[in-house]
Amino acid sequence: MSSYEAAFKVWRGDIKGGGLEDFKIEVNDGEVVLDIIHRIQATQAPDLAVRWNCKAGKCGSCSAEINGRPRLMCMTRMSVFTRDETITVTPLRAFPVIRDLVTDVGFNYQKAREVPSFVPPADLGPGEYRMFQEDVDRSQEFRKCIECFLCQDTCHVVRDHEENKTAFAGPRFLMRVAELDMHPLDAAESTGLDRKATAQEEHGLGYCNITKCCSEVCPEGIHITDNALIPLKERAVDRKYDPLVWLGSKIRRRPTEG
Amino acid sequence: MSVVDRQDWDVVVVGAGGAGLRAAIEARERGARTAVICKSLFGKAHTVMAEGGIAAAMGNVNSGDNWEVHFRDTMRGGKFLNQWRMAELHANEAPDRVWELETWGALFDRTKDGRISQRNFGGHEYPRLAHVGDRTGLELIRTLQQKIVSLQQEDFRETGDYESRLKVFQECTVTRVLKDGDKVSGVFGYERESGRFFVLEAPAVVIATGGIGKSFKVTSNSWEYTGDGHALALLAGAPLLNMEFVQFHPTGMVWPPSVKGILVTESVRGDGGVLRNSEGKRFMFDYIPDVFKEKYAQSEEEGDRWYEDPDHNRRPPELLPRDEVARAINSEVKAGRGSPHGGVFLDVSTRMPAEVIRRRLPSMYHQFKELADVDITAEAMEVGPTCHYVMGGIAVESDTAAARGVPGLFAAGEVAGGMHGSNRLGGNSLSDLLVFGRRAGWHAAEYAAGLTDTRPPVDEDQIDTAAAEALRPFSAEGPAPGADDGRPPENPYTLHQELQQAMNDLVGIIRREGEMERALEKLADLRVRARRAGVEGHRQFNPGWHLSLDLRNMLLVSECVARAALERTESRGGHTREDHPAMDRKWRNVNLLCALTDPTGGLLATDPVSGQITLTREITEPIRADLLALFEKEELVKYLAEEELYE
Repeated sequence: MSSYEAAFKVWRGDIKGGGLEDFKIEVNDGEVVLDIIHRIQATQAPDLAVRWNCKAGKCGSCSAEINGRPRLMCMTRMSVFTRDETITVTPLRAFPVIRDLVTDVGFNYQKAREVPSFVPPADLGPGEYRMFQEDVDRSQEFRKCIECFLCQDTCHVVRDHEENKTAFAGPRFLMRVAELDMHPLDAAESTGLDRKATAQEEHGLGYCNITKCCSEVCPEGIHITDNALIPLKERAVDRKYDPLVWLGSKIRRRPTEG
Repeated sequence: MSVVDRQDWDVVVVGAGGAGLRAAIEARERGARTAVICKSLFGKAHTVMAEGGIAAAMGNVNSGDNWEVHFRDTMRGGKFLNQWRMAELHANEAPDRVWELETWGALFDRTKDGRISQRNFGGHEYPRLAHVGDRTGLELIRTLQQKIVSLQQEDFRETGDYESRLKVFQECTVTRVLKDGDKVSGVFGYERESGRFFVLEAPAVVIATGGIGKSFKVTSNSWEYTGDGHALALLAGAPLLNMEFVQFHPTGMVWPPSVKGILVTESVRGDGGVLRNSEGKRFMFDYIPDVFKEKYAQSEEEGDRWYEDPDHNRRPPELLPRDEVARAINSEVKAGRGSPHGGVFLDVSTRMPAEVIRRRLPSMYHQFKELADVDITAEAMEVGPTCHYVMGGIAVESDTAAARGVPGLFAAGEVAGGMHGSNRLGGNSLSDLLVFGRRAGWHAAEYAAGLTDTRPPVDEDQIDTAAAEALRPFSAEGPAPGADDGRPPENPYTLHQELQQAMNDLVGIIRREGEMERALEKLADLRVRARRAGVEGHRQFNPGWHLSLDLRNMLLVSECVARAALERTESRGGHTREDHPAMDRKWRNVNLLCALTDPTGGLLATDPVSGQITLTREITEPIRADLLALFEKEELVKYLAEEELYE
């Protein structure tokens, strides 16, 4: 096993300001950026603030920007960098910093509350749900989301435009709308809720111009743009401008077989 | 007097994993104003790491399954030490808890006829685990999280405030349960972000903080698993039960070092993966213990046929309960038949087509590819045991989840003891969280409702003491009294590493009397030094400070594990003694209870010999006759003492 000393620049500070601090730190075979941050914490800066949990890419806590790119620190291996490269770690830019690498991600929790929840079908009790795998595949893809909020961070609609945050839910929560819309048993329609329409009218789908930045940073490889946002846009457009679709939407959906 | 933020709630739930969230949903639905406190962000709790599935005898894949079979499997897995009433309730109620998740929006993998699919797992007689690929824990936590949001949306419509009846205090740590006499009166804690102290006054507190794995070096557990709830209960005067039983999951990653311990799901074996040693041999056939001889295949051919025709063949021994598999791997490595990095080989690549592997085990594929440069569709994984789960925990009443001896205190999930006996079956954890999370929330709400006019008041002195305790790391004592060198304060990270090393080496998967005695000495030394754990900086999001406070809990819990393990002179489930290698029927009905030696809840931090924990033995309640009747007599004689059988 071979070790070497790497050069790190880590942003330190709080809401009042801060800057990059230099560290020289040991790196061993197979390590990831989060290991190095932990080593800095254990040996040089015990109060260095960082969020993390599972260290296996499953919880989405250790999001940060590594050399400017939004990534999970636990899934970024040191071997992707050359040994003489200086590695810069900064907090997520789209959210207000609390301290060091920890940001206030409250925006996302607020947006989560604005999406109406799953509506259970009135005529089915627990244990009576029947759904086919091919019908749940798409929503399951979206439910792989670990809520790391890298897509929310990278999306240019809010990244440099704080003012858009009120009107725009961000890719993660537009995808949540798509997920519920594609759920085979969601009964939102029966309550008068048109999820497709709300994507456009209440969650700011129109701001998205499909640059796919969100899909690129997704550590779960979810095709956010292609499978969630574009279909949602197409259907929102259909609904808005196509009189036949509009008419169809006024007639109750045919019940599926079985 | 300390100035701290104070709020009133009916029920406070500490922990926001599966058990905590399920408890909170139940308490709120039963009308209690409920607060949830969690150390991480909402939705990040350790439950997200659960991979394989939720065990529930729905009988969707094999209609022979029912709660009795599930109960039997659970008791066998726990080697009959389980608190049998819990195992009964669990097996009975798990299907309802899974179906309920569907009505909250969960999307499980499906059978061909559109029902919830169920997969095979170690120790379960039939395919029983409801799952979503190998990310079932994520689905569980997200569904509960979204259910909480939907309740908050309801409250918003009615009151204009999302948090009027159900609020999540995220990134907060509770350091003390407050009491009025023997009754719970609230909790004291701090916000991790700001370092500010707060008190939530509440007559009922549900502890749902998970496990203790961070006291061990090689573990699948996250940083949160510092035994907080176990310690909070001890300090509040509630005993812990059977803390010697710690589950080492047989398959953790072993390479590279930085990911050592990360879990490799049991689904790999449930779906057909096999274990081989460096000679290419499927060694598990050599490790089938007598109690399981009739239930497992004796040849590779039979084991392989079982996947297609389970009615006429017996299951392969790779699917023995986890304790058996972990010990077998340990023995193979020790005998010099291990893999290059000190594990054994787990292979699916020769057992299933690549696309099936990627579909059924997506996160395993991803995890090995990203972290170890191993393509599991083309080569074998290297795996070895990793500290995964503690069967021991807060002693609770089976039906109500009430902690013994402290009115108003409840516990559910991993932090509660009893349900799993000496060893937990895979898949029984997620169902445990749901079944007993719900029961804890229900009974906490009911208890709180019964105290509307006579709520126990919060004692100001206790708040001051708790605040002083939490602030000590900032003014860490320099030299110990009487010491002549001016030793600097101890680094909490170093203390933590020494603790993990000691527990791993001395109270690990195979235990010996002398080593456990050394562990207790080491723990006493660390306890003295932990009093001098000091930190720099200020209270705002300061991980060094947080760790210093967590050390108290890890040291308390580690002492419980070491003392109980030293006391139990037999091997059973997650407790293996090299010097007492056999299971002893005389121990079958013995519970070991750990209580704080100083009943006032103070910590006599420096006495190395007696330590802080006192052990007592108790004889368990006999298993109810109709439940015993579910087993064949020939099987019972292997577990129960003579006199138990004749009753």
